Amino acid sequence: MTSEWFVVLSALLFAAGAVGILIRRSPMVILLCLELMLNAGNLALVAFSRMVGNGQGQVFAVIVMVVAACEVVVGLGLIVAIFRRRLPLNVDDLRELRG
Amino acid sequence: MSATAWAWLVLLFPLLGSIAIALGFRALPQKAAGAIGTISIGLAFACGIAALISLLGDEPEARHHASSLYDYASVAGLEIKLGIFVDPLSIFMVLVVTGVSALIHLYSYGYMQSDEGYHRFFSYLNFFVFSMLLLVLAGNFVLLIVGWAFVGFASYALISFWYRRETATRAGMKAFVINVVGDIGLVLAAFLIFRELGSFDYGEVFERAPEVFTTNEWTIVAICLLLLLGAFAKSAQLPLHTWLPDAMEGPTPVSSLIHAATMVTAGVYLIARTHVLFELAPTAADVAAFTGLATLLVAGTMALVMTDLKRAIAYSTMSQIGYMIMGVSIGAYSAGLFHLMTHAFFKALLFMAAGSIIAAMANEQNIDRMSGFGRAMRFTSMTMLAGALALAAFPGTSGFFSKDEILAFAGARGGIYAAMMVLGYAGALLTAVYTFRLVFRILPGRPCPEARELIDTGHVAHEAPRNPATGEPEDTDVGFPGPEHHIAEGNWPMRAAMAVLAVLAIVGGWVQVPGLDHVITTFLDPVFEGSAFAHVHPSAGTEWLGLGVGGLISVAGIGIAYLFYVAQPQRPAILRQQLRPLHTLFVDKWYFDELIDLLVVRPALAVGRFANRVFERFVVDGLVTGTEGTVRGAGGVVRAVQNGFVRSYALLLIAGFAGLALYFLLSSS
Repeated sequence: MTSEWFVVLSALLFAAGAVGILIRRSPMVILLCLELMLNAGNLALVAFSRMVGNGQGQVFAVIVMVVAACEVVVGLGLIVAIFRRRLPLNVDDLRELRG
Repeated sequence: MSATAWAWLVLLFPLLGSIAIALGFRALPQKAAGAIGTISIGLAFACGIAALISLLGDEPEARHHASSLYDYASVAGLEIKLGIFVDPLSIFMVLVVTGVSALIHLYSYGYMQSDEGYHRFFSYLNFFVFSMLLLVLAGNFVLLIVGWAFVGFASYALISFWYRRETATRAGMKAFVINVVGDIGLVLAAFLIFRELGSFDYGEVFERAPEVFTTNEWTIVAICLLLLLGAFAKSAQLPLHTWLPDAMEGPTPVSSLIHAATMVTAGVYLIARTHVLFELAPTAADVAAFTGLATLLVAGTMALVMTDLKRAIAYSTMSQIGYMIMGVSIGAYSAGLFHLMTHAFFKALLFMAAGSIIAAMANEQNIDRMSGFGRAMRFTSMTMLAGALALAAFPGTSGFFSKDEILAFAGARGGIYAAMMVLGYAGALLTAVYTFRLVFRILPGRPCPEARELIDTGHVAHEAPRNPATGEPEDTDVGFPGPEHHIAEGNWPMRAAMAVLAVLAIVGGWVQVPGLDHVITTFLDPVFEGSAFAHVHPSAGTEWLGLGVGGLISVAGIGIAYLFYVAQPQRPAILRQQLRPLHTLFVDKWYFDELIDLLVVRPALAVGRFANRVFERFVVDGLVTGTEGTVRGAGGVVRAVQNGFVRSYALLLIAGFAGLALYFLLSSS
């Protein structure tokens, strides 16, 4: 199996995540889409790593997972805080930082 | 102690007095404030005497000492020291200033008794004496300018002393503005001196000036003309004299001290002090001499027609300073300074007598309403007569010797200066006439109501205080001439001061009688020995001839005044009718105020209005609103991006990265 298929799948996943971020309004779904994009990246890294034949890319993938875990913690914390203050869980309504 | 140590003490006492009175005005009783003020000046005078004795102990050639307390600034070749310069000239001025000031403080102690601003008055007056002493003792041009500006401020504060009088505050501002014009001249002169000679110190400047400048080189002429601007503004010479008559709005002791005896003679001192520079610029010296001559004649004509007692004496002051300026400009340094001294005596005295009479008239200053004070106020009229005789240069009095010495020197220089002598004698005739016009209208005759009341009841007439210029009633609560008036009769401080000055006005000239003694000239000689005119001396014979002519002119002037104002009192009115245009010209003060208004004030106002209406509105406002508009517009563009929609940020981010990726893809292939 050549690497191209992995890269194509990765690109599709990335595009799906990006579109999800752009069209959905729920912060929960946006976080999921972000995970999707990050993991699309991971997939590409692992695929390239196998193609090149050393483990460097896989190391990067592990680091990205760590970062993704941190990001989820922060993101979920924000969502819980918003929920507790009974604010709308809708990113378009949360626009107090408007310039 | 050395002469310089005594000189520092001379400066210290008035400053301490001023500060003590100003800070302690709530705690000090009125009498204590007056006593502190008077005693501090008395001590300064005593220290001045001590400095004189110390100075006389030196060899004549070594009679100059510089002393410095600390370096005010010392950078890149610029050395400014807080230093004084003690030589016969400065000690002479110190003695005149402190001596006359002490007597005037004593006079004020009695005269200002019922004034609400008594403490303020003495604090200002002491500050003035300090500034004046700083001016005459300064050892470099920087400190000279400091003293020069301080006396200008003290003069402003004292002219506007009765600050609820609008006329007084306006007069104060006028004096200050004109004085600042002079200050600018002095400052620019100091800049030029520093640029050319690299120093502000008197000793160094006067030593190097003859090496650096050639005679009548344009820089030295410019320096001298700028110095003259300062001297003319301070000494009320044409055309910067208009503030002096208005300055008579201040209390009479102020007119006596600042606007007759001391401050207005600062210009004379300045020319004498910088005589080395003026001798290198004969053109500038001639300008000064002719201005002095013009001033003495023009002011004399104005004094002839003024009906306000104090203003008439003020014009006479201008005229006498014209003599001094003329004297020191043509090289008659010691004669000019001698006249400065005798003038300080008799003019201070005349103002004191005028103050006493004005008090008896309940602040009325119009001589048309005064008469018969000869019987009502014996002491005042005797002292006034003494002052008037000296001013009119009556034979034997102080003014007789000093004025003629200047004119004799002018004669000895010959040429155009001889014409100055002739015109100077014409001015002397005017002086005698206008002086005795005042005397004959005030002293003899049927007593006016106020004088009558004084004769009959022995009480001074009291009315509600009114502004003598406008006739408006005045507020006596906040530092105004109080409801009580004080005249010299029965007021020992005033009597004492006037008696001393009356004696000095008569005998003060005997220190320098041609052919007999020349105390002043001998004393001042070390200062002026390098002068080109040091050896121009009219012979004793010519001097006595001049004295004879001067005496005759003086007697003739008094005779004319007698004829007009006593023998045939209807004459002046007839003459006024016949010479109406001339009389109007004199009464309207030669239209100098109007001329300055037209040439300076109105153009300045027009420029100001243009700046306000056009420049300010369109250029300055345009720049400001333009800048603001640019920033606001740029901010608006940036703000539009920060709209708060997270998804739009994400879109921008993705589009940006996609754009970047596309760019690199395209550029790599």
